[in-house]
Amino acid sequence: MSGGSNLGAEPVAAPARRFSALDRIDVRSYGIVLSFLALFTALSLATDKFLTQRNLLNILDQSAPVGIVACGVTIGIIAGVFDLSVGAIFAVAAVAACKLALLTNPWVGIVAGVLFGAALGIVNGVLVNTVKINSFIATLASSIVFRGIAILVTGGLIVTVTDPAFKILGTATFLGAKYTVWVFALFAIATSFLLSRTTLGRYFYAVGGNAEAASLSGIRVEQVRTLAFIISGLSAGIAGVLAASRTSSAQPDLGMELALQAIAAAVVGGTSIMGGQGAIWRAVLGVLILAMIGNGFNLLGIDTIYQQIVQGLLIMLAVGLDQLLRRRR
Amino acid sequence: MTIPLPQRHNPLVEARNLSKRFGGIQALANVSLTLRAGEVHGLVGENGAGKSTLAKIIGGVYQPDGGELLVDGRPVRFGAPRDALAAGIATIAQELALVPEMPVRENVFLGVEPRRFGVVQREELRQRFAALDARTGFGVPGDILVGDLRIADRQKVEILRALARDARVILMDEPTASLTADETDRLLAIIRRLAAEGTAIVLVSHFLDEVLAVSDEVTVMRDGHLVRTAPASEETTESLVAAMIGRRIELAFPPRPALSPTAPVVLAADHLQRRGAIADISFDIRAGEIVGLAGLVGSGRTEIARAIFGADPLDAGRILVNGQPVAIRSPRDAAAAGIAMLPESRKEQGLFMERSVRENATIAVLPEMSPGGVVDTRRERQVARDAVREVDVRTRSLEAPVVTLSGGNQQKVLFAKWLLLRPKILLADEPTRGVDVGAKRQIYELLARLAGEGMGVLLISSEIEEVLGLAHRVLVLRNGRLVAEFPAEAATKDAVMSAAFGTPLLAGEVA
Repeated sequence: MSGGSNLGAEPVAAPARRFSALDRIDVRSYGIVLSFLALFTALSLATDKFLTQRNLLNILDQSAPVGIVACGVTIGIIAGVFDLSVGAIFAVAAVAACKLALLTNPWVGIVAGVLFGAALGIVNGVLVNTVKINSFIATLASSIVFRGIAILVTGGLIVTVTDPAFKILGTATFLGAKYTVWVFALFAIATSFLLSRTTLGRYFYAVGGNAEAASLSGIRVEQVRTLAFIISGLSAGIAGVLAASRTSSAQPDLGMELALQAIAAAVVGGTSIMGGQGAIWRAVLGVLILAMIGNGFNLLGIDTIYQQIVQGLLIMLAVGLDQLLRRRR
Repeated sequence: MTIPLPQRHNPLVEARNLSKRFGGIQALANVSLTLRAGEVHGLVGENGAGKSTLAKIIGGVYQPDGGELLVDGRPVRFGAPRDALAAGIATIAQELALVPEMPVRENVFLGVEPRRFGVVQREELRQRFAALDARTGFGVPGDILVGDLRIADRQKVEILRALARDARVILMDEPTASLTADETDRLLAIIRRLAAEGTAIVLVSHFLDEVLAVSDEVTVMRDGHLVRTAPASEETTESLVAAMIGRRIELAFPPRPALSPTAPVVLAADHLQRRGAIADISFDIRAGEIVGLAGLVGSGRTEIARAIFGADPLDAGRILVNGQPVAIRSPRDAAAAGIAMLPESRKEQGLFMERSVRENATIAVLPEMSPGGVVDTRRERQVARDAVREVDVRTRSLEAPVVTLSGGNQQKVLFAKWLLLRPKILLADEPTRGVDVGAKRQIYELLARLAGEGMGVLLISSEIEEVLGLAHRVLVLRNGRLVAEFPAEAATKDAVMSAAFGTPLLAGEVA
């Protein structure tokens, strides 16, 4: 092999690597799709209540908030930052939307809730960049503050909006599907386009994959990270507003498990927690797989206690596989 | 605790015909070495001569491809440093491996704490530490946190740690690199004292005076081969440098592009200063000129390139491009001023290993082909294809992740990336590291061609032949300062190496 100096002259242990790198891509790309199809088929065969338009739309509607947040969190993970505060931002956005809907009008509340999400993302970005704390710790801390603000604003109580216009977004349908499903679809398409087609998307991968190389390539690493936080904050803001609109109410303890659910969905889909790799469609599949497991348990009438165990095992399997495939390099 | 003094001429460790390859590079070829109890063995050679590789094989970090290692006359195979440690061989590496948050005493006995039923016997630990400290005469306080100690004292802790594990052989890789003169003297005294007690010491060092002062025997290495082992009393710094340089296979270099005497200065460094790295660095590069930067690892070569490129901040000094001072605070500023840098480590600092050749090639110029921030992928593919063809990257596809490419082709991807920026100045830091001979030659030709087209090139390399073979002018660095400058005609290997090592047989040294 040392003689092949003409055709891509191979030095340091390259030949073995070439094939394993190819394998890895294949397994990662198709593994999750196959799991999704297998689960879908299994549930379709196991119960005739699964493969109905109503049930499938129901799954999509229920996954919409966590799905939107999973898209935002995926961008963060690809850019190398974890946003654990999305649950708290979700609550702040929901509470803010309701409060402002009461004070002004429903539409102002809805728009403001979304903008609040993005604004809190800026706070996270500034925190991570200026204080130089690890994003995991920084957003863990900021999430406590954000939720504290939500409690402060509501006095810890539920806020209810009576104006029927407020619940249109969360409950009305368009072409057979709820608005929430459409918002989820649009957000997934928009973030997917951002990641795969824009310079900013390319920079997310670059910064998460190799921050030093990115900086030496002239990329403003801190700015890119802040933008990732803004997008995950925005996603939590949108999701929070949808949730508030759905029930015409909000309380400060909403979305307690949202951050972990969203990260779990991203990871189950195959986005690497090491950063620099991943895709929006993976987050969407991850969310749908987790939702289908829940739905399947309900339809089959199995005790929900097992549902948690199965979901947990699935996450372990996904992360374990990720590590295993990495080590093969 | 009394340790029986071993026989002085007892071979403790014997290396027989050790060989080690890293891909296409023969790092160690047929090297044999004997370490005796009570003996200090100096190991010298140029960067990449194989001395660290040899020490790492003896220390269990690397496994040899050929030859064998004997301890007490019995063949051994170390799978990891812990195996070597179990055989009494301890390594004190350049980057110390201590737990800063733990006190000295606990660091010394980490993993070998005296314990009963799993409970650490604090009093016994205290006594053992005191005994060890008395034996060496270090006087390191046992309850201070290691993180609060100076580097020199941390080294003492490392040595105590080795002794706490009954190490009979201690390998030291550049132990004095970050010590003051005073601390160095004390460390050398400690080394002699350990040897007098019967420990065998291997001292890998660039500082030839120190090696000669403290060693019983000195082994000189070159290109992975052992040149000779001789008693230190028979060597001088000059004889060592001569043996280290030697003669070796000539690499063919392309002819230097003609340099017009009126070529304008494209880059001027004016009294660059960065604390602890470089001091008072001034030089210029003219259009079409290749300026070589030679010096030992750690002499400040990379630091100069990084400072000019805005990767590290300067404490003082100015950078002028085409005669105009430019404010460079980040690599982004540098790129905007027409400066490109091939970083020292392409994996850590240059490439996005999992991403495609296309994405790696275009990342620095992406906005140019992205109206409204949306990448025009057709144009991007065209640009990437042209750039990659220009520097002759061999890849099965533009979409292949760069991790699947050979080292030489990876390096060429980095060239492609920076050439897309059409820079006026290229800072090339170790452009041929880890690259096979064929690709090396291509990179030489590329550098010569770029200079021929009017680019100013700063070439940094640990391979002195490259600098001598390609540069119009060679600057030599030592301890962060420029110590000599040679025009190509006067730049001989002896002269450059002498200046780099600071030995007195200099011809072209500047005041």
